[in-house]
Amino acid sequence: MTFAQMFDPAAMWNATARARHADKAEVRSSAASGVKTLDQVAALLSPAAGTLLEELAQRARSLTVERFGKTIALYAPLYLSNECVCTCTYCGFSMGLDIKRKTLRIDEVMRETRALASHGFRNILLVSSEHPKYVNAGYLAQCVTEVKREVQYVALEVAAAQTPEYVAWVEAGCDGIVLYQETYDPIMYPKYHIGGPKKQYASRLAAPERAAAAGMRHLGIGALLGLSDWRFEALSLVEHAQYLYRHCWRAQINVSFPRINSAAGGFAPPQPVSDAELVQLICAIRIALPAAGIVLSTREPAALRDRLIALGITQMSAGSSTEPGGYSTPGAAGEQFHLEDNRTPEQVARRIAELGYDPVFKDWEQDLGREGRLDGRPLQESAGS
Amino acid sequence: MTDVLALGGRSFRSRLIMGTGKFSSPEVMSDALAASGAEMVTVALRRVDLDAKTNPITDFIDQSKYLILPNTSGAATAEEAVRLARLARSAGLPPWIKVEVIPDPHYLMPDPVDTLTACETLVREGFIVLPYIHADPVLAKRLEEVGVAAVMPLAAPIGSGRGLKMEAAIAIIIEQATVPVVVDAGLGVPSHAAAAMEMGADAVLVNTAIATAAHPARMAHAFKLAVEAGRGARLAGRAPELRTASASSPLTGFLHTKEPQ
Repeated sequence: MTFAQMFDPAAMWNATARARHADKAEVRSSAASGVKTLDQVAALLSPAAGTLLEELAQRARSLTVERFGKTIALYAPLYLSNECVCTCTYCGFSMGLDIKRKTLRIDEVMRETRALASHGFRNILLVSSEHPKYVNAGYLAQCVTEVKREVQYVALEVAAAQTPEYVAWVEAGCDGIVLYQETYDPIMYPKYHIGGPKKQYASRLAAPERAAAAGMRHLGIGALLGLSDWRFEALSLVEHAQYLYRHCWRAQINVSFPRINSAAGGFAPPQPVSDAELVQLICAIRIALPAAGIVLSTREPAALRDRLIALGITQMSAGSSTEPGGYSTPGAAGEQFHLEDNRTPEQVARRIAELGYDPVFKDWEQDLGREGRLDGRPLQESAGS
Repeated sequence: MTDVLALGGRSFRSRLIMGTGKFSSPEVMSDALAASGAEMVTVALRRVDLDAKTNPITDFIDQSKYLILPNTSGAATAEEAVRLARLARSAGLPPWIKVEVIPDPHYLMPDPVDTLTACETLVREGFIVLPYIHADPVLAKRLEEVGVAAVMPLAAPIGSGRGLKMEAAIAIIIEQATVPVVVDAGLGVPSHAAAAMEMGADAVLVNTAIATAAHPARMAHAFKLAVEAGRGARLAGRAPELRTASASSPLTGFLHTKEPQ
């Protein structure tokens, strides 16, 4: 059974409602327990848990250090295209918005890649809007293969795909995918995704497991905070991750929950999430999913990002641009959303070190992908043997 | 006679091997390494930029003092582990390899089948091979048969700091081993390391417990002392363990005492 078939939103709402009456004892007992039940996760997200933030933060911090050490992995998004056939009310690339549209040619992709590599990045997330003509599976596979010549880790954040596409991307050297459900709320989902293939809620929900079945090593899942109730979203996200742990046991799961902010189109999130709620959410997710990577983007302001490092974040983007071509020729196309942290990668890395963490640019070897550097080359030629 | 660890054709005075992951900076790692007295350090190949002129980890390890033991962390299959080992050797690292084949990124349990396959290939290619394994005595023997230089059973899930959870199985591995046994993963405090050495482990590998301590260098030194103490106790031969003090023989004592008439 796929996650889309077994996911029961009503059960999430019910657990969220029950947790309104949770007391501090239930929160503490949940924080201390091992694998957690739905109600135990809901307790960590409850108003009662909101009054125990410092305790939860301490627990989240120690779980993070135990598992990931004092390190923060750094990556950069590389926007391939903003041409889109989907109409999504919150997105700066939404079809019909009057912005400069562009899909990078391969030589432009490589110029962007080299610009990022010159800052030290060895982990690049290729991001694209959805357009079957300009951003097809073959183009994306080619981008992965080419970018992988320059850096060791390449992931794709693109439209939900079918298994054959995922297989092709894995073969091209793709190390992971990022695919947020945006909102796990099936009632609200169609209100935001009003046109184009992205309307398919259930197909999107089952896409990460299709990618895992194709051999994708890293799965990034998440929700955009602000579209529905954050407690419901977080509980659903944990449920999704736990499903993936059971069914796709070979995949590393990363989670993210960016707070939605303004972009072209002037969208205002109906259920905004406060800083305190975001902190509670990060702590709850860390305590519920000790092995999950937690990814923080430059949507959050610099000062807050610095604080969140100690709570459970394991990966950050830095020095990002959300427009295609934005690293080598800024201003050539419209951006997807506005950034709040405008520091350079060097500044971010220095700040991470000041905070007592090791900024890690390389944490993957391309020979772990399908295309080994030594494949086909006789060993006698190697320098050390 | 000095007590040295003979491993892979070399001898080591220290029986503490240190891992280099999870430290807050290369400087902190380097200080801890000095304090640990270790002569062998593991380095995850996925963290090393073999094409770069400078490297955040290997630049801080003086290779005249420490043997770098590259590990294949990140490999999920035998094929990937073999590829990483070849890559390390071609980049000029010594032909030593700690084989880690971990298909499960959640609990980080090593794959016994692919570990064996990778070790067979790498031994054949001339590597000095040290496999990281579950505490499985039969697997340890099978690996010996293919020619590994040591076996490295886990004490508890990696990074968990829970100590010798696999004690009973590790005892069997030690009893049967013809190659050094390095207890790896899960040792949380120096007393765990001392206990492993008292059991007869030839060495221990510690990373998280040092890297994430409040004072890594001090903790590294504490582990150094514990490993030495445990090894010393092993060589000294411990006094037998007794149940509660029992001076008399309740069933046969009557033979020696004069019963009242």
